[in-house]
Amino acid sequence: MTAIVSLRGLRKSYGVGTPVETEVLHGIDIELAEGEFCALIGPSGSGKSTLLNLIGLLERPTSGDLAIAGSETAGLKEQALTVLRGRHIGFVFQFHHLLPAFTALENVMMPSIIEQGVATADAEAISRDLLLRVGLKGHEHKKANQLSGGQQQRVAIARALSRSPRLILADEPTGNLDTHTADDIFALLREFNRERGSACLIVTHDPRLAARCDRRIELVDGRVAHVSSA
Amino acid sequence: MARPKLPFEFLVALRFLREGRMQTALILLGVTGGVAVIVFLSQLISQLQATIIDRVLGSQAHVVMRPLEEANQRALNDPASIAVIEPRAQRLRSIDQWEAMVKLAEAQPRVVAVSPVVSGPAFALRGRASKSVALMGVDADRYRRIVKMDGYMTRGTFHVEGTNAIIGIELAKDLGVTVGDKVFVRAAGGRDELLQITGLFDIGNKDLNRRWVFTTMKLAQSLLDLPGGVSNIDITVTDIFDAQDVSERLQAGSGLTVDSWMTTNSQLLAALRNQTVSNNLIRSFVIVIVALGISSVLVVSVVQKQKEIGILRAMGTSSNRIMGIFLLQGGLVGFTGALAGVGLAWGLLQFFSSVYRTGDGAPLFQPQLDTGIALSAALIALVVGVLAALIPARRAAKMDPVQAIRA
Repeated sequence: MTAIVSLRGLRKSYGVGTPVETEVLHGIDIELAEGEFCALIGPSGSGKSTLLNLIGLLERPTSGDLAIAGSETAGLKEQALTVLRGRHIGFVFQFHHLLPAFTALENVMMPSIIEQGVATADAEAISRDLLLRVGLKGHEHKKANQLSGGQQQRVAIARALSRSPRLILADEPTGNLDTHTADDIFALLREFNRERGSACLIVTHDPRLAARCDRRIELVDGRVAHVSSA
Repeated sequence: MARPKLPFEFLVALRFLREGRMQTALILLGVTGGVAVIVFLSQLISQLQATIIDRVLGSQAHVVMRPLEEANQRALNDPASIAVIEPRAQRLRSIDQWEAMVKLAEAQPRVVAVSPVVSGPAFALRGRASKSVALMGVDADRYRRIVKMDGYMTRGTFHVEGTNAIIGIELAKDLGVTVGDKVFVRAAGGRDELLQITGLFDIGNKDLNRRWVFTTMKLAQSLLDLPGGVSNIDITVTDIFDAQDVSERLQAGSGLTVDSWMTTNSQLLAALRNQTVSNNLIRSFVIVIVALGISSVLVVSVVQKQKEIGILRAMGTSSNRIMGIFLLQGGLVGFTGALAGVGLAWGLLQFFSSVYRTGDGAPLFQPQLDTGIALSAALIALVVGVLAALIPARRAAKMDPVQAIRA
């Protein structure tokens, strides 16, 4: 099986070159296979979000190798990272992070608009279909802040999927939702994972949800402490 | 609601502006006011200046060539000897080789028209009335290109031949004559002639309407005792502000006294320049203030939109495109404000031209808007908007997406 994400000896320090330099990740080696559904767990401050940001190419590692979909990222310029991120990665954030100035449909279309430069008919069809799939038919033209928390997170998932990325990174996607809604959202992610083969890396504090993943990677103090498979 | 048609950067820039309603409205108001002030002032001042210049140059040649003044030379140039030199009285003289001088003037670049003039003092007599006048012997076809006499004629046409004469309406009134009547003219030297009045003019200047008497060059030459000569050569140039330049070159080339309207009206010119300088100063300050306004609003907007910027970055927007979104906001605000500002300036012009009128009830200035001024103001506002957005846009582009999302 090919790896969608491959990390070797990944380290990340903040405040490099200052007296308060602190290393938060101390050499991480992880491989994530295509289509894998994996939970990233661990206590607060263990470096989960930092690791997710590194894999999402939002931050650069201090040292070590990081390859996304077979492309080594170390030597790439900012512009190339942006392209790689846009092409392969979809994000679902804890607080959904929709664009409040845009409608639900426009939010879902946004990754495609960014790539194509304009909104195409294809993108609209795909986005409408995705909204239907996440149960938001009839809410297409509501502004993001007119939707409930669960609805917003559904829009965020639809958005993450809109360009059929090979990797979905979700940072506590159910963190601020009630149990029932959280189960729905999780089920949705799982469904899309099975159906479309997008690999998922989900940061979660919820042991119930983590137990339903293919694999669990536990981070403690910036190191991989434990890996277990279902 | 249809799918958005605009390109990504436009779409986001417009939504961001729409979202920041109050801020956008205020800054648009600022740009509108600024552009309106600039357009209105520029239009007003350029019109007033054009009117003033038009009035001054309406009856004046741009450049005039005259013979050198006669001066006394000391016979003994010995500094040890004491001499009292009285300035000589200047008699009416002809320009030496004036045909050659006319050719010289015509050969100069930027010279549009050249007209030799035979002018000198005389008296117009009728019954017991005797009026001092200035005889103007001209070639009508040449002279109408120096002073647009055709536009000033109230009766008859500007055409002289034989013993015909064209006089001003004031002189006609003073002498109680009109077209078809005769008037007796006696020059200072005692020569005289009976002239037939064939036309009346009104130059818009009472003094000139009372003094100028146009005849043929030949008649003026014989009356003024300047056989075959001319007293001055009048010249029109393409751009009135080239006059000084042309006159200096002609002076060097001819050795004659050459004056431009700019030297004879130097005070007027200084006043116009001061007006232009203060206009430019006001314009520059308004532009700077408008730029600061746009800039500060966008700086605030970048901070407010941190999270959105982070989300857009996470979804694959490059930092250059983020920068583009904010530059575009500046440009859009500048351009929209410029359009509204030009509209407001037009309204102001309509209003003030109906309020301020000259003594005889005519508007002090025309309410038309010069397309050139309007376009350049709009262009400047657009450029200023983009430049003002540069600092906030760079800040937005440099923003770390992770920090931005967490904020």
